[in-house]
Amino acid sequence: MTRGAFAIEVKNLYKRYGDFDAVRGIDFEVLPGQVFGLLGPNGAGKTTTVEILEGYRHRTGGDVEVLGFDPGERPRELRARTGIVLQSTGLYSHIRVREALEHFATMYPHPRDVGEVIELTGLQGKERSTTRTLSGGQLRRLDLALALVGDPELIFLDEPTTGFDPAARRGAWDTIRSLKELGKTVLLTTHYLDEAQELADRVAIIKGRSHSVAARADQRGTCPGRASRGIDGDAAHARGHLFGADGRRRAGREPAG
Amino acid sequence: MADTLTLAWRQYRLERRLFWRNPSAAFFNFLLPLLFLAFFGAIFHSNQHELNVIVPGIAGMSVMSTTFTALAYNMVFLRERGVLKRIRGTPMPGISYLLGIAGNAVTNTAVQIAIITVAGRAFFGIGWPRDVLELIVFVAAGVVCFASLGVAFSHAIPNFESTPAYVNAVFLPVILVSGVFFDPAHTPGFMKGIAEALPLYHLISGLSGAMVKGTSLAANISALGVIAAWALLGIALAVRGFSWEARRS
Repeated sequence: MTRGAFAIEVKNLYKRYGDFDAVRGIDFEVLPGQVFGLLGPNGAGKTTTVEILEGYRHRTGGDVEVLGFDPGERPRELRARTGIVLQSTGLYSHIRVREALEHFATMYPHPRDVGEVIELTGLQGKERSTTRTLSGGQLRRLDLALALVGDPELIFLDEPTTGFDPAARRGAWDTIRSLKELGKTVLLTTHYLDEAQELADRVAIIKGRSHSVAARADQRGTCPGRASRGIDGDAAHARGHLFGADGRRRAGREPAG
Repeated sequence: MADTLTLAWRQYRLERRLFWRNPSAAFFNFLLPLLFLAFFGAIFHSNQHELNVIVPGIAGMSVMSTTFTALAYNMVFLRERGVLKRIRGTPMPGISYLLGIAGNAVTNTAVQIAIITVAGRAFFGIGWPRDVLELIVFVAAGVVCFASLGVAFSHAIPNFESTPAYVNAVFLPVILVSGVFFDPAHTPGFMKGIAEALPLYHLISGLSGAMVKGTSLAANISALGVIAAWALLGIALAVRGFSWEARRS
């Protein structure tokens, strides 16, 4: 597979805050159309990794390519082709659901139909509600809807079901599966093993409190990391191995996740 | 993709719609200065000298509340709630978004100055502004100065809950010392000294010259200079400390 054929390519990614390594030498690739899971405990560096790929943070070292771009340069075309669901982002309190989606749609070159997005995310009947009247689960669905309205080919989901009850979780899983059916590439982070198992075509594991290899999975299916066994299924031509991040927490420095 | 100004215009229109939907914003940014004008106008209705002080004073306060206060509030809210971060992940250029936000504030300034001008003519014996160009120049300078200081000040506010305390700790002393409600010529020397170091005093001097006294722009050029100096400081600090992300504690 030549360089550029991956939706995401990460090589020896490092992120350091002062003398604290938030991400320590990660490699993985994601193929177009794949659902890729980044699994690990809180504080392992999942969010830091994803936020580097989204262009929010600069890496300290290594190479990263997203849809052929360097996300560190934040090219506008890349932002037009990616959808981002962050762990916690707010919105104006007095904006209505449909109004917000229509407004965000105008930012993108080829937006999806707003009605379709409302249906896909199960927000029917809430179109005229202001965000301050929505429940937590409805707000998360609006987050997803806002990320999908630009019809991105790559979608980042940072812990999309944390705090959900079991029914809401299954609903979110169905939505993520429908993204795959639409041919989208999805990078999702989670600390739930079952979620990764349920949704992801391939999984990479970031483990906290360790500087050594936490898991390694390649196309032959050899998985030295015990936790990864049975998760990494096929993944033709794709390989991923991860070095665990230092899980020490430092107040004020370490981004959540 | 839509260009920078088209997106700024759409953002501006959204901000205008949402502004009127939010009762507390509409009250504090918009109605309060007008209530002050009505209140003090009623108290001093038979004293033209006091009215000549109050009307340009309230006009200066309006410029500060619609820009400095409103933007400090807004920027902390948008930053801490993660709205700025969400916007940053879209293809909308950051400058389009910020222009939309600032345009909303400036619209409030313009509408308030217009209302105060009309009220000055209709109720307070001030007459139409003596020098419209001078009025426009001072309002514009005040807007740039206080808008940039508001954004700069938002960087110092750690979380949204403490915003009212931070903003009022600056806003209330500044309007009191700068002669919004009285003629600063009659205050003790040290108070006058403090007032003269601050931009609002000079904005009110310029507005008074334009609306009441008919002193020329040239005569008030030093006042304009002080406002410009604060504006430069405000812009430098607003740009320097700008963060698209919430503070982490």
